Amino acid sequence: MTDLGIAVDSVETGSRGALRMFLRNKAAVFGLVVFTLIALITIFGPGLYGTSARKMVAPPFLGPGDDLAPLLGTDYLGRDILAGIITGGRTTLLVAIVAALMTMTFGLVIGSLAGYFGRWIDSLLMRFTEIFQVMPSLLFALVVIFLLGPGTRNETLAIGLTMWPAGARLTRAEFLRWREMEFVKAARAIGCSDLRIMFRTILPNAMPPLLTWTTLIVVTAILFHAGLAFLGLVDINSVSWGSMMGKNRGYALTAWWTVAFPGAAIMITGLSIALIGDGLQDAFNPKLRGR
Amino acid sequence: MTALARAIGIRLGLAIGLLLAVVVVVFFLIQVAPGDAALYLGIQQGVGDPEYLAGLRADYGLDRPLLVQLGSYIGQVAQLDLGQSTYFDQPVLGLILDRLFATVLLAGASLFFAVMVGVAIGVFTARRPESPASHGVTVLSLLGFATPVFWSALMFIVIFAAGHPFSILPVGGIEDVRYNGNWLGETIDLLQHLVLPALSLGIIYLAIYSRLARASMLEVLESDYIRTARAKGAHERVVVYKHALRNAIIPVVTTVGLQVGALFSGALLVEFVFGWPGIGRLAVNSILRRDSPTLLGIMIFASAMTIVANLLTDLAYRLIDPRIRVGGSR
Repeated sequence: MTDLGIAVDSVETGSRGALRMFLRNKAAVFGLVVFTLIALITIFGPGLYGTSARKMVAPPFLGPGDDLAPLLGTDYLGRDILAGIITGGRTTLLVAIVAALMTMTFGLVIGSLAGYFGRWIDSLLMRFTEIFQVMPSLLFALVVIFLLGPGTRNETLAIGLTMWPAGARLTRAEFLRWREMEFVKAARAIGCSDLRIMFRTILPNAMPPLLTWTTLIVVTAILFHAGLAFLGLVDINSVSWGSMMGKNRGYALTAWWTVAFPGAAIMITGLSIALIGDGLQDAFNPKLRGR
Repeated sequence: MTALARAIGIRLGLAIGLLLAVVVVVFFLIQVAPGDAALYLGIQQGVGDPEYLAGLRADYGLDRPLLVQLGSYIGQVAQLDLGQSTYFDQPVLGLILDRLFATVLLAGASLFFAVMVGVAIGVFTARRPESPASHGVTVLSLLGFATPVFWSALMFIVIFAAGHPFSILPVGGIEDVRYNGNWLGETIDLLQHLVLPALSLGIIYLAIYSRLARASMLEVLESDYIRTARAKGAHERVVVYKHALRNAIIPVVTTVGLQVGALFSGALLVEFVFGWPGIGRLAVNSILRRDSPTLLGIMIFASAMTIVANLLTDLAYRLIDPRIRVGGSR
């Protein structure tokens, strides 16, 4: 897409070509299939599985394979680990996806304004971004939850507030790159408004790296929420993979399965999304393939 | 020289401004939160009398206009006073400095391990781009990115704890009392306690750096000057380790510097799992004790550390790569 004249055209063929390329990438398709399965399980699983994640169903600390034990064993209160994993995905994924959307919106708005208008607006917004970049993110999220209190809304806000700077910088860099292009100048010459140029002319071209970044942000948000839940700082009544690990942490030595499986669920979900992101990156930017 | 000095001066000025902004953010966070210090003191003493609380507010200057309070807060921080812990009843800065060594040791050891091994793996696989090991690096880096650090930490504990498959290393704390007074024993003991926490944090970053180093090395190895070096008959080892590595290492250094904040986040979780007596564990415990001066003090301190790390990265960058324009923008 370095050829200026065809840049707008190539968005169409470019994205179709990218889709074909994505589908040819086995690892990325595998990631997509796994993630779709996980999403389906979190949506329909709790209804289908039937066992409550909150109720005692067997004696505590039954390992997988023990008599009377559910498939993945029971935790310190005799609750079914598998039921917890099926139910626990909901909170984590919901918070992660909403936080990622929030992050993307912040990053997009601030980055596009800075990159498009440049000069003092750029300096001002970038200084503002830096403030959020130097505060260690998990610590900042902890402080926000500490001050506002736990709960799904505050958790989402805390995670969303900490992750946007990287996206703002990325968007800015893309806008800086595209705004001097011939077709953008042409759009300006025929009198398009700034808003139209930003979101109809430049944004579609800037989208590929941002999409890749968004997938990474979802993974980070999942890890973040899991970390907060693990530390016991989220809503105490919610069941999530992180909180299962946090509550069973003290028994990890005698009952490894109580922490191993929820953690594995986080890892597999994160890996599947990361594979999708990697596939997107290769598809949009074949030059970087395999790097 | 003067240009460099000016550039450094500008960077320093920006860094100080940045720290000031962090302090302002923290101050307003305190204001946003429900309740204030007087209310907490009142609750602790079991007193809810509004008149008494108003007296407390007057004593602590909480009834002054917001901007005046902000000014005095900034003045306080400028004098390295991060406030008084409500739990320990000690200055916050002292509490942090007591734990600084443990955190720096943990983070430094993890980073050292990750960078050294990561660059080695990166160089090794970049020279064999189509080998299975090379593709393995990509998958492993994604795996490292997706693995919760507290999970790997817990799994290390499960594997290495006493009575478990490999009970050869201590899985909690930072020292064993039996070595008190014997410095050699103490050092070896400290290093033994360090291995598992540093590994659990380090493997996450190892995954990132090995991929980064590999990508960077692949790119450099394709460049013209490397072809020239080979053409003139330079020894392959000299080409790779002298000519190529010097350039390939630049993105790694940048990333290391920029990830100090993220490293602190990871260290916080690892410290919590291993009972490692560092700043991160103090932060988590401060939340559980509702000790807000300590938590916010740590926030300011950690931000200051990140700013310093970014400054140092900037300097290191200039030392490695003289092409970087002084005071230039990216």
